[in-house]
Amino acid sequence: MRRARDPFFWGLFSGGGMLTALLLPALFLVTAITAPMGWFGMTGYEEWATLAGHPLTRAGLLLVAFLAFFHAAHRFRYTLYDGLQLYHLDALISIVTYGVAAVLTVLAAALLILVV
Amino acid sequence: MPDTVKLEVFRYRPEGEGAPVYETFEVPYRDEWMVLDALNHIKDHQDGTLSYRWACRMGVCGSCGMTVNGEPVLTCATYLEPFLPGPIRVEPLHGFPVIRDLVGDLEDFVEKLQRVKPWIIREEEKPTSEGEYLQTPEEMDAYKRYSMCINCMLCYAACPIYELEPGFIGPAAIALAQRYNLDSRDEGARERHEVLAEHEGVWSCTFVGECSIVCPKDVDPAGAIQRYKVDATLDFFRSLVTPGRSP
Ligand code: SF4
Ligand code: FES
Repeated sequence: MRRARDPFFWGLFSGGGMLTALLLPALFLVTAITAPMGWFGMTGYEEWATLAGHPLTRAGLLLVAFLAFFHAAHRFRYTLYDGLQLYHLDALISIVTYGVAAVLTVLAAALLILVV
Repeated sequence: MPDTVKLEVFRYRPEGEGAPVYETFEVPYRDEWMVLDALNHIKDHQDGTLSYRWACRMGVCGSCGMTVNGEPVLTCATYLEPFLPGPIRVEPLHGFPVIRDLVGDLEDFVEKLQRVKPWIIREEEKPTSEGEYLQTPEEMDAYKRYSMCINCMLCYAACPIYELEPGFIGPAAIALAQRYNLDSRDEGARERHEVLAEHEGVWSCTFVGECSIVCPKDVDPAGAIQRYKVDATLDFFRSLVTPGRSP
């Protein structure tokens, strides 16, 4: 079990890091530059709402949110663990950090289903 | 250029004053002198009891690693010049127990190095009559960088995790495990996995990256570790979808 834990959470951590590193600049480019400038069409609210509401977009956004939350949780866990040297609290720290990430993921899913 | 430079040398004489002290020596300054030359000058002309390790004086044997003004370096490959006007503080490598003066206890590293089996493992040796194991230049490139390690342990001295978690197997041991894992002649990756896949194997590492910065041989142990993590993680997720495969 302990052997499975490390690669599992590290997998989420590195996946999250890679995906957000690739996606954030692209999102920034589209939402902050090309869309406001009207370079490739897509200027109206309606068009964006339709795109964001597409099931594939929602699934993609959920994946990004899920991995990004676990990336942050993992980093924060080690900041506490190594940074503050709270070795004896590792179990508690893990439960809290990954737990918060899990709750946030569920919230993101609810938002994506209900609101968008 | 000054005529002399001062060195503040860490002294620990277990039979003497007990606690470590810094002793200041003034040595002649020469542009072409390394820190090791200054130490040798002290030993030859001022205090023959000063203890430290060195052998090759050309960055090959890996025995002259010390902490110079806070940085782990090979003293035979580090000029005095950048530290002018001094004083230059010379201490043993951090993270290792001190036996005497600048001499650290390397037992822990040697034991860990052996644990990753840094040699070629074959399930079956082919008879010598069948000739040598040939390799293409590409196959050699796959591990060559990691084979440049001289076991100087600067990477251990630089690693904050090794200091915090003494059980961590450490940068050079993992780089050397990868040196054999990535060798086309080797079949020992499973056996090394036993050690590397532990929490105190690759997973203790949080990619601080100092090991690769201080490495005098450009081995890039941090890269070796991250690469192993990626492979172990892919293996793990593959084993979830392929029953019967062990991670
Ligand atoms: S990896 Fe580099 S720093 Fe570490 S022991 Fe080998 S040569 Fe020295
Ligand atoms: S004396 Fe051999 S590496 Fe410095």
